[in-house]
Amino acid sequence: MLPATGQKDALRQFRENLRAAPQRLLESAFRGGPPRTDRSRSTFVFGNVFLHLHSVRTHRWSLRWLTTAGLGIATLAAFLITLVTGVLLMFYYKPYPDVAYQSIKDIHFVVPTGRFIRNIHRWAANVMVSAVILHMARVFYTAAYRRPREYNWLIGMGLLVVTLALSFTGYLLPWDQLAYWAITIGANIAQSPREITDALGITDYFDPGGLQRLLLLGSDTVGAEALIRFYLLHVMLLPLALAALLAVHFWRVRKDGGLARPADADEILARVRHEETYPVFTELPQKTYHLAAIVRGKTSAVGRGPENTVPSMPHLFYAELGVLMVTVVICLLLSIFWDAPLKELANPNVPENPAKAPWYFLGLQEMVSFSAFMGGIGIPAIVLFGLGLIPYLDRETGGTGHWFGGPGGWPLVRFSLIFGFSAAILIEAFAIRFGWLREWFPDIHQLVITAINPGTVLTAVYAAFSIWAMRRFNSTRAGALALFTCFLCGFVVLTVIGTWFRGPNWEFFWSPADWPVH
Amino acid sequence: MTTQASQKRSRLDPEPMPRRDWLGLGSLWTMAASFLFATIGMMRLPKAAVLPSPSKKFRVALPETLAAGEPFVPPGRSVALFRDAEGVFAISTVCTHLGCIVKPSAEGFECPCHGSRFAPDGEVRKGPAPRPLPWLKVSVSGSLVTVDEGTTVPHGTKVA
Repeated sequence: MLPATGQKDALRQFRENLRAAPQRLLESAFRGGPPRTDRSRSTFVFGNVFLHLHSVRTHRWSLRWLTTAGLGIATLAAFLITLVTGVLLMFYYKPYPDVAYQSIKDIHFVVPTGRFIRNIHRWAANVMVSAVILHMARVFYTAAYRRPREYNWLIGMGLLVVTLALSFTGYLLPWDQLAYWAITIGANIAQSPREITDALGITDYFDPGGLQRLLLLGSDTVGAEALIRFYLLHVMLLPLALAALLAVHFWRVRKDGGLARPADADEILARVRHEETYPVFTELPQKTYHLAAIVRGKTSAVGRGPENTVPSMPHLFYAELGVLMVTVVICLLLSIFWDAPLKELANPNVPENPAKAPWYFLGLQEMVSFSAFMGGIGIPAIVLFGLGLIPYLDRETGGTGHWFGGPGGWPLVRFSLIFGFSAAILIEAFAIRFGWLREWFPDIHQLVITAINPGTVLTAVYAAFSIWAMRRFNSTRAGALALFTCFLCGFVVLTVIGTWFRGPNWEFFWSPADWPVH
Repeated sequence: MTTQASQKRSRLDPEPMPRRDWLGLGSLWTMAASFLFATIGMMRLPKAAVLPSPSKKFRVALPETLAAGEPFVPPGRSVALFRDAEGVFAISTVCTHLGCIVKPSAEGFECPCHGSRFAPDGEVRKGPAPRPLPWLKVSVSGSLVTVDEGTTVPHGTKVA
């Protein structure tokens, strides 16, 4: 019945299609073809949902090693490494107090490659914390937070907080001694507004501290509820929050006009020869800028000299891949030579002596050893609030894109380094040598100690120094340079003292060799 | 119909809201209110009505040989029990600073985490602790002592 004509042709066509299928699959996936011309290089970028976060061309200034040192991409790379290794660890980890520690031991001793994966996860988290702090310092010192990038600086603050929260919730999960006492101390820091409410005698009516602790622990003791809450935060809520903030952060980098660069970037770049890069627009443009009518701000550079941009593919992507590879190599090397720490099984009756947090929280631990509320909540909140205000107070334009740019410059930063280190070391030395108010006046009111302790005194000294710098150079940027440098110094000094010079009972020791037997 | 309505209205009066807008706005606000109440409901979830904590009361026999001023810490408990001529008393060993367990020593109590020091009666001597170690309620029946970790008593309360 059916017409038989063409049957042979259809079969032959089918065979030919089958043979061509792999090639056509590739073509359909990568429509632009190999990135060999300027146009196909552009298609490579804007035709890909992930790569099109970048513009198709990148300014040469953004590609200079000195501009970013690749720190933002290194942070992202470390996050991706923790993401992959974290999912792998979830295959075996059990978030219940009676089995959590055993499951970590299983991962370490039994699971194939489990020990290596856990090491990578732990060290990548450390790399991420270091990189995000250095990235923030880079953005600050190159004044890259200024208009129109103020909002992205705030998103960056959010990312810093979420990164620290991720690493805090992470080292609680093994349920070893470090984990148990870190949860206890963390939950009690959340409760520390009671230091104020107790002193005022209003805790019975108004107890935000108690509520925060209860919400964190899900109970009034540290146990199964607390562990599952921290697990939920670590594997679900915080990574989702981080991913959302990351998306906004990258999007804003692009929408705020790429990386900040100085007004004279083109002149500086003109002094260097760039023969290895591809020239600008070798082909005649086939399209006009239709979007130019609806996009605000400056449009394509007409009559403004050479653009000084190069195709993002390959220049930018190869640089980013390079940073990713270096980050991976660092994490792998750390993981080959050092195992992730795991202490004894949690013992609710005997804290470790000394009980020390990971290095990035030891500065905080040093400060809570003066006052729980000011050290754990008050001063961190003041620092975060101050950092967030920087781009809204510094409305100057001089020095954007240059390291230590702006009035004062490197000499001011150098002086601030000396001042910041000296002030922190002197105040610490005084408190260690002579004690503090409680030892001199045993009946002193707690509110006085909360308000006046080495941490708050140091903060006030730094603030005063910053005001001096602002007046001396008649510039808000100079004040910000002084303050940021001082706080970095304070962070370093407190962290170093907490790491190497505190022993049993949080006493000061020159070296662990002097620790008493206890 | 519309002409009649417009005749009754002064031309200075604002336009009456069309029924469609009224319904639309009404449903939007209803939705907003439902979201608000749903959010309040969800916010209540993380705070359990009944806390899964173990009993805070326990009973223990003091050692016969316990000397005055010598602490006795029952195994697995964060309480130091003392007995002297005036009676038995219990001092909590949970640091009032950030909840570490303090260790009884010759001079009182010392905290391993952040360096707080307490006198033998629990008063703060040094360090960041904001309050003295609380004294806990004890009751004595024969050789057994019942301690209630959930109830504090004024400093110096000793039970014979």
